[in-house]
Amino acid sequence: MITLAKLMKIKEKTLNEVGDKFNKNIELNSLEIRDKLRNAGVINPLSIEEYIARDGYLGALKASQMKQTDIIQEMKKSGLRGRGGAGFPTGLKWQFAHDANADQKYIIMNADEGIPGDYMDRIIMESDPHSVIEGMLIAGMAIGATKGFIYLRIEYPKCKVVLEKAIKDAYELGILGSPLFNTDFKFDIELRIGAGAYICGEETALIESIEGMKGQPRNKPPFPVTEGLYGKPTVVNNVETLCIVPQIIQKGGHWYHKIGNPETPGTKIHTISGKVKRPGYYELPTGMPIKTILEQVAGGMANGSDFKAVLFSGPSGGFLKKDELFRRTGFDTLAKNGVQMGAGGLIVLDESNDIVSLCRSFMKFNMKESCGRCTPCREGTVRIYELLKKIESGMGTDKDLIQLEDLSYYMINSAFCGLGQSAPNPVLSGLDKFRNEFQNKLYNFGEGK
Amino acid sequence: MSDFVKMTINDIELKARKGQTVLEVAEENGIYIPRLCYLKGINNEGDCRVCVVDVDGQNGLKSSCKLEVYEGMKVNTGNEKVKSSVKNSLELLAANHSFECWACSREHNCEFLRLLRKNNVQNPLAEKQEHGRKERVIRDSSVSLVLDSGKCLLCGRCVSACHTYTGLDILSINKRGSDSIVESIDPISIDNSGCVYCGKCIQACPVGALTEKDGIMKVQEALNDPKKFVVIQPAPSVRVALAEEFGYPVGTNVEGKMYRAFDELGFDDIGDVNWSADLTIIEEGYEFIDRLQNGGVFPMFTSCSPGWIRYIEGYEAEYLPSLSSAKSPHMMQGAMTKQYYAPKMNIKPEDVFVVSVMPCIAKKFEIERPEMQSHGHRDVDAVITTRELARMIKYNEINFRDLEELKPKGQLSQFTGAANIFGATGGVMEAALRTVVEVLEGKSFDEVEYKMVRGTEEIKEATLNVHGIDVNVAVVHGVRAIKEFFEILKSGEKQYHFVEFMGCIGGCVNGGGQPITLPETYEKNDFIELRSKALYDEDKDMALRKSHKNRAVMVTYEEFLEKPNSHRAHEMLHTHYKNREYLKESK
Repeated sequence: MITLAKLMKIKEKTLNEVGDKFNKNIELNSLEIRDKLRNAGVINPLSIEEYIARDGYLGALKASQMKQTDIIQEMKKSGLRGRGGAGFPTGLKWQFAHDANADQKYIIMNADEGIPGDYMDRIIMESDPHSVIEGMLIAGMAIGATKGFIYLRIEYPKCKVVLEKAIKDAYELGILGSPLFNTDFKFDIELRIGAGAYICGEETALIESIEGMKGQPRNKPPFPVTEGLYGKPTVVNNVETLCIVPQIIQKGGHWYHKIGNPETPGTKIHTISGKVKRPGYYELPTGMPIKTILEQVAGGMANGSDFKAVLFSGPSGGFLKKDELFRRTGFDTLAKNGVQMGAGGLIVLDESNDIVSLCRSFMKFNMKESCGRCTPCREGTVRIYELLKKIESGMGTDKDLIQLEDLSYYMINSAFCGLGQSAPNPVLSGLDKFRNEFQNKLYNFGEGK
Repeated sequence: MSDFVKMTINDIELKARKGQTVLEVAEENGIYIPRLCYLKGINNEGDCRVCVVDVDGQNGLKSSCKLEVYEGMKVNTGNEKVKSSVKNSLELLAANHSFECWACSREHNCEFLRLLRKNNVQNPLAEKQEHGRKERVIRDSSVSLVLDSGKCLLCGRCVSACHTYTGLDILSINKRGSDSIVESIDPISIDNSGCVYCGKCIQACPVGALTEKDGIMKVQEALNDPKKFVVIQPAPSVRVALAEEFGYPVGTNVEGKMYRAFDELGFDDIGDVNWSADLTIIEEGYEFIDRLQNGGVFPMFTSCSPGWIRYIEGYEAEYLPSLSSAKSPHMMQGAMTKQYYAPKMNIKPEDVFVVSVMPCIAKKFEIERPEMQSHGHRDVDAVITTRELARMIKYNEINFRDLEELKPKGQLSQFTGAANIFGATGGVMEAALRTVVEVLEGKSFDEVEYKMVRGTEEIKEATLNVHGIDVNVAVVHGVRAIKEFFEILKSGEKQYHFVEFMGCIGGCVNGGGQPITLPETYEKNDFIELRSKALYDEDKDMALRKSHKNRAVMVTYEEFLEKPNSHRAHEMLHTHYKNREYLKESK
């Protein structure tokens, strides 16, 4: 059984052992904040002792002395919104699951990070695995769940090793599987590995997959918070959401709410790829202008590249042009401008990138990853892909362009789940902002002028 | 709290019950919402997105078949957004569909074709040559079923029907995305997948993606061959369902017209499986009496339904000794036609071609069983379903409704009322009781109706005192009920003597080879009830209602078979079974 005294003993011992390792500075850009990544590169991710030495599991300790409703209240105060892409208020989600009456409830950590260009979850899991375990523990206490699942994509073998070790250590220390801090709350975590399907990042498809079924989304409602895994109330949270929970509990909701853009408080880890000088991952407060992110954080365009657009959240996102870069990050702020912030991946394009070809390649991704359940997604992605291929090859007609737009709106309206509903986003955004690129490729376009 | 909610559909104010779906409420109020994958009581997944509606305050369109009503809900079923979505869905499905309507068995009742017409759908996506089509996979290696992915709309109705009716889950949608395909557990051969051929998947299919294995071609070839003496024999339940294919109300008996149609189609002789139903009762009845008097295996199970045979062989093989060794009626009839009836007319067995019209696709499998032969001649050469018979009549441009009735004269077409009711659940049991009771008691009774074994309850039980013995009988129909019954049986709570099993709910009247009706007609009529009633009505009007009173059968015993269960009868009319539990394991 784990107690405060035991934690403190480990902390003291470890601090003596590591010497001044924790005080070494990590080179950071002045705009970066390290809340979620406070341990990244500082501690040895395979050592639970080093996590504890950095005040790990004190959040869980504090939560264990709180009433369930108070934990949820604290989460609500923090204003934390799910970082998986939908931005649903985490406190509210927990509230729903807490209010649902059931003999068994579950916590699932969605670590099926599959959007091309996104790897913030991987960084968190690889560098600080205990932060998410602690987050799950607290979520479990808040809603009354005693069992948690981590659904990890198979393409993250290193995360698997790190998480397995972390779970094992937590069990050995009595953090998992035994009564926690003199309470009668016990929590178990099981690691489940996906089989490569992108759609399993959709929460209901993920639940189906854990149950051993084919990864296909379920109809909503009922939502997982009332009827989830094995029909029981289930909270599905993203890695980046859960990793900050311990600190919110420890430092209070108000602390978190003060950071960043008030409608999406806190920080966001952005992974920036493409034609910039310093691609990589950066934890930044929300509400930062995209121009600042690109120029001051990522170091501006790579040598010899001219900025054309930045694409948010890959195959389900949209483009921002040069004159839109003053926009600030935040779920609602960006959505107002027709762009989904998603999980926060940015792909920077220069003039050598072709929008039609990019759209085609993303549509191919969606086509391959469609589960095939509903007509719009199963058939729509194929046809849109073919239309794009035709236009790219120079054989497209005006009618094809109309059909492309028509099918895209149709998918947004009628597809079953988030994958299908957002698959045409790049196409529609491309048509909106770079229509001339599509038109220029049409058969005999402009001849006879 | 009130059990009702107020809502509007297309600005019409309505009161709806809580828990109802938008589709149900719309239907109750006469508002039509197109649908494809929705099949009442069977499939309700919301996948096809044809039944979408627009709800005030909600993003995107919702499937009305899944959407529950709530207070103050405002629904629009036909605005531009909805219309264009429905049209788009249908266009996308059409682009992948193999339109071979003229050659399709569902040409006259294709739900997809009707939807396309109703929504004025063009086929703009398929016109374009550069647009790829999905690879078409036709799985036709089975003896009973054909799956054609070219016509499949992936609605999932067959998968749900298999699950709902049998619980065996033979079919599933395999692979993902645009590669999705409906297949059996063993994708190559449905024969090896543990399927019992109930055919409910065919009847659930909105198009012709699932069909019976064609038997018409073989029959037509035989008819065209001048050397062949082609005999046709319809099952008891065919005459009360065939009419639906020609627009008659459900439950119309068209026996006379059916015989005339056989004549017009050019068959050389008309038999009737009703004759051998009477013969079956004699054989099976005496087998039962023998077991009763000489300490045979109990309970005894009937053996007429090949779907049921397939089930017991594949899933409950330890009970095989309980099965009656009697062949199913049409197999007996085939054997007797070739070995007894034809030689009487100086026709050689090898020149006879026997065609059975069956309400069943499992019969197609049954005739291929190696043991179903007598003296080296296949007992039955071809099986066509009720649907295929209707198609043959239509292909030959016979105006069925105008046909005059015909009564065949052949010996093997005479029957009693006991044979009629074979087509309904409990019918075999009742017919058997009519004979067994009289034989055991040694006297004749006026009362012949055993109403306790009638009706559509899935497991019916009764106890009769016959000649001082309490005989426990049971009637079980439908694979799910069969499964349940075996649990009762294994619990050992009760000892049974005689159990009738049918693979399909309601018995043969509801067989997998019977006419397919559009869902809305199906929902409004109790098909099992109406078709069964037509059979019981015919029975009631018959002068003879007991199998052992059938002269045409008794003459056969005098001339050929000697006595029930004789050596010769065993040779021609009885069979054996095979443990096929590997089917269960293959799942």
